[in-house]
Formats: sequence, structure tokens, C-alpha cells
Amino acid sequence: MLRLVSKRLLQGSREAQLPAALTLPRLYHERVVDHYDNPRNVGSFDKNDPSVGTGLVGAPACGDVMKLQIKVGDDGKITDAVFKTFGCGSAIASSSVATEWVKGKQMEEVLTIKNTEIAKHLSLPPVKLHCSMLAEDAIKAAVKDYQTKLAKSSNGSSEASPVEKAANA
Amino acid sequence: MASKLLASALRKTLTPHAPISKPSSFFRAASTAAAAVEPYEEAADGVYMKGVKISGRPLYLDMQATSPVDPRVVDAMLPYYLTRYGNPHSRTHMYGWESDSAVEAARAQVADLIGASPKEIVFTSGATECNNISVKGVMHFYKDKKRHVITTQTEHKCVLDSCRHLQQEGFDITYLPVKPDGLIDLDQLRAAIRPDTGLVSVMAVNNEIGVIQPMEEIGEICKEFKIPFHTDAAQALGKIPIDVDKWNVSLMSLSGHKVYGPKGVGALYMRRRPRIRVEPQMNGGGQERGIRSGTVPTPLVVGMGTACEIAKKEMEYDQKRISQLQERMLSGIREQLDEVVVNGSIERRYPGNLNLSFAYVEGESLLMGLKEVAVSSGSACTSASLEPSYVLRALGVDEDMAHTSIRFGIGRFTTEEEIDRAVQLTVQQVKKLRELSPLYEMVKEGINIKDIQWSQH
Repeated sequence: MLRLVSKRLLQGSREAQLPAALTLPRLYHERVVDHYDNPRNVGSFDKNDPSVGTGLVGAPACGDVMKLQIKVGDDGKITDAVFKTFGCGSAIASSSVATEWVKGKQMEEVLTIKNTEIAKHLSLPPVKLHCSMLAEDAIKAAVKDYQTKLAKSSNGSSEASPVEKAANA
Repeated sequence: MASKLLASALRKTLTPHAPISKPSSFFRAASTAAAAVEPYEEAADGVYMKGVKISGRPLYLDMQATSPVDPRVVDAMLPYYLTRYGNPHSRTHMYGWESDSAVEAARAQVADLIGASPKEIVFTSGATECNNISVKGVMHFYKDKKRHVITTQTEHKCVLDSCRHLQQEGFDITYLPVKPDGLIDLDQLRAAIRPDTGLVSVMAVNNEIGVIQPMEEIGEICKEFKIPFHTDAAQALGKIPIDVDKWNVSLMSLSGHKVYGPKGVGALYMRRRPRIRVEPQMNGGGQERGIRSGTVPTPLVVGMGTACEIAKKEMEYDQKRISQLQERMLSGIREQLDEVVVNGSIERRYPGNLNLSFAYVEGESLLMGLKEVAVSSGSACTSASLEPSYVLRALGVDEDMAHTSIRFGIGRFTTEEEIDRAVQLTVQQVKKLRELSPLYEMVKEGINIKDIQWSQH
């Protein structure tokens, strides 16, 4: 008897909960969840390759580190991009989106990508806006790293570790 | 008995409304229950909640936040909702008398679990209220002579916040640091005591990391200096043996919903010899000897009493089982993952709390991946903020490691299958996120992360 009654009660409470649950504010937009579950362009390029620019931004102490790498063709077009991110789901999604957006674009063009666009695309809540800013910074750092590499190789001087330099940027 | 009562009551309330097709949620529930054989629909497609698709109910490993109510507790409570609904403070009829005797029986059950007299138990709404009464109530009562409180940096927010409130009123507070294992240094406690110290408040079992403070030793020191000793034992009740005389506590905060009892009820132990006095935080009809006015919620109190009685009987068995499960979980994870750190002392720890840091994996992203496991990154009160846990920082855990912690809470109803599944999912997710982690990659390349100049945001 008790089993039956409690079953009824349990079912009742579940049924009653569901409509309420759907109206709850969402913590993550479905695009964030999608990029988190299936991150695009995960990986690494050889950072010593002269055609690769590496951007490493954030700090472990803050809970976010983003590494974004671009591979640039001779015509200044970004042929490929990869990322690795230590951080929350929104940070992972922001960097995943960033790699998608920079691919196939000119270097000057990607510098115009704004954090607000990324945030809007992912519907990031205010507390997660820094994730999109970090993604913008990562793109800029990667381009800058590539350009310094290019300048240095044309000067023929030895280069410093791109990782450290990028982190300082 | 209870079930029969409930069933008849349900039938009574439901049948008259049956012809009227009023779409109340309760009514809908009953109609689906009539076809109880039907499988639960939602199980197939999953539930969509907070942007995350969940199939079925996640397995629950967050026993420090709250525990499910033991069915035996519900059985004991039900009559006090349905037939014996009297106000325990009513003196003029049977409804009042039976409720009153139920409350007194529950008081005795709670007292019995902690080695106290029933007269020393005051029912409240929960441990937060107990902590408020203890910290603010004691200091306000003795404010003319005593102006100083000693507590620890790893206390629960409600103790820390009460202390902060006292500070604004001009009291002095010493927040004792803890050692890397989460325990306080007794010499530091001794050194912090002043002639005007009015209270020492140290929690028995930490809610985030589960370490057990040396209660008897702290009690000895407080006895030596004749200072009232308060402890927040919400996480300790029913889990480790408590004896108020051995610990020499003057005040102790207890909670119902951490011991498989109902939410919304707690109990405050207040020593009678030597007597400790407090200024009430709630004024009114003078219930609970004037310390906590407001009608005592009979069903909840009966539930808490029953939960304590069950806990007393089954503590040893639960302890043994939970230790085995903790062992199983930890070894399961460690076999498959490197660089997993247990936060807080392993020896002096309640085994139902396993707070782990997975290096190079951010805690929040791990939680997001563990959709099928209900765990948290620390205290439920602070999990909304992005700051790393203040408890872990007090232990001296590096800030980057403090961002990587997950608290697994194991309880009476956790099964081996659940533990195995949780281990499997955790390992899978950590591996995936480490593949994604630039830090893990750097470490594998031999770069020391600490040497890098990180740009702070």
C-alpha cells in the first residue's frame, strides 16, 4: 500500500515540477552546450613553425587559460586555427567559436572580431562576459605573435619562446 | 498505518473533485497515477533543464548539501500532518497534548544521540538559525564583559557572517588560520584567547572538505579558560559519535536535513550546567523557553527525532559502508587518472565527503560535463560565485588548484553501482577536458606553469 501511495506521490511531484523547471532561467545557451560537447578545432600546431601564430591568454589563478593558434598562408590568409582551453564551459565555447570564425579570413579582418559578437552569439550572461573578452584577446595575441615572428625571421634574429612572449602580451 | 491513513485521505480529497476537470497540477498527478503501469514518459527524451539535456534522474552525490529523507522518517511524520495536526502549544485539548508529547519525545531522541538531556535541546528552523543564536545571542547577552570571539577561517558562511555582523557592532573577532590539512593549530587557539574572549566557535566536521577538528582538545582548552565553546555540528550529527560532555561544548548547532530528516528544522544544544545564556534572535510567544519563539513544527520535529534515533542505531553500519564506498571511489579514480589531490586531511575526515582537485581541469567545466552526476564544486551557498572556495584558499591550496575542486558526497543510500558509474563518468570527462587543457599539454612538454608570467585579468 505504502509503495503504491508513495509511487503516486513521487510521480505527482515529478509531473508538477516539470512545467516549472522549463521556465527557469537557463544557465547555458544551447550553443554553449553544443560547443562544449563537441568542441571544434581542438589541438595544437608546432609553435616553432614560422607560419604559426600562438596566443596564450588568461591565468590559471583566475580559472581561465586560452591558447589559440593560427596557421597563416603566404597571402596573409588564415588557413587553419586550433585551440585548447582551461576554463568553464563558456570559455571553452568562446574559444571554439573564435577558431571557427577566424578560419579562412584575412589577418586584418580577424582583428575586427569583437568580444560582444562572441558573447551575443553564445548569449553569455554578464558574469561570463570575460570569457568572450579572453577569446578576443587570444585572437589578437595570436596575430601579434605571428607578425613578430615574421618580422624577426626577416631580420634573421633568434626568437624567444613564443609561449612566454604570448603570455606576456 | 500511516500509509493507510494517507491513502484514505488522498482518496477523500481527490474523489469529490473528480468530475470537475480542473487542471490543477495535483489533480493531473493523480490521473496519471491511475495508470501507474505506464512508463515514465520523460525518461525517453530526457528533461531539458538550464540548457542541459538530462536523461533520467542524475545519480545523487551531494550529501553535504542535503540528504534524502529516510522513508522511515516520512512514515513517522505523516500522522502529524494528517490527523494529529494540533499545535503543540495548545493546552486545552487533545490535539495539543498529543503534539506536545510527540515534540517532547523527539527532543529526547535528539538529546540521546548527542549525550545530552532533553531539557538542553531547543528546536529551531535549521543550523543557520542555531549558529546565529549561538554567535550573536551569546555575545549580545554578555556584551558588557566579553568583547572577543575566536572562530576559524573555514567556518560555514552563517558563522562568518554572524561574526562580521558582530564586528560592525564593535566586537573583536579572531579568525584562526588552518593548517594545510584543514585542522586548526591548538597552540594558536591558546595564544588567541584573551581575558574578554566570550566565545570560541569551531565547526566539528567541515562542510566542504569533511575534516574533523580535534573537538575534545579544543573543549579542554575552553574549559581551562572557562570560555563557552560553540560548535556547528550540522555535518557531524549522526555521522561521527558526538558526546557533549566529552567535547565540553556549551552550544551545538544541529540540522535535520543532513541526517536524512526533513528540511526546515534544526536543534540547538544549550548546556545547563554551567548554564549558558543567550539573547533570543526571534521574539514572540515565548516558545522553546523564550529562546526561539514561534510554533514548533510538530511533523518536522518528529522527523528530526526519528532521523536521530535511526542514526544512532545505524551509525556504525553506515560509517563502515560509506568508508568502503569512499575507498572504492578514490581508488577507482586514482587508478585511471594522475594528479588527483584530496583536499583536507585524509586521516581525520568524515569518509562521506571526498573533495578532490583534478589538476589542469577547471571545476565548473567538469561539473557541466558531469550532467548525470549531481555533485558540486563546494558549498551550495557559494557555488553561484566565480570565486574559488574560501575554504580551499584557507588551506593554502594554490589558486589554480582551488579552481579545480569537486566535492563528492556519499551517504546512506548511495550504492556501489552509483559509485562505479560516477567514477566512470568522472574519469571520462576529466580525460576529455585534459585533452582540451593547454596547461596539461604544457606540463607534458615539461614546462613549469609556475614559471610563466601570466597576465592577470
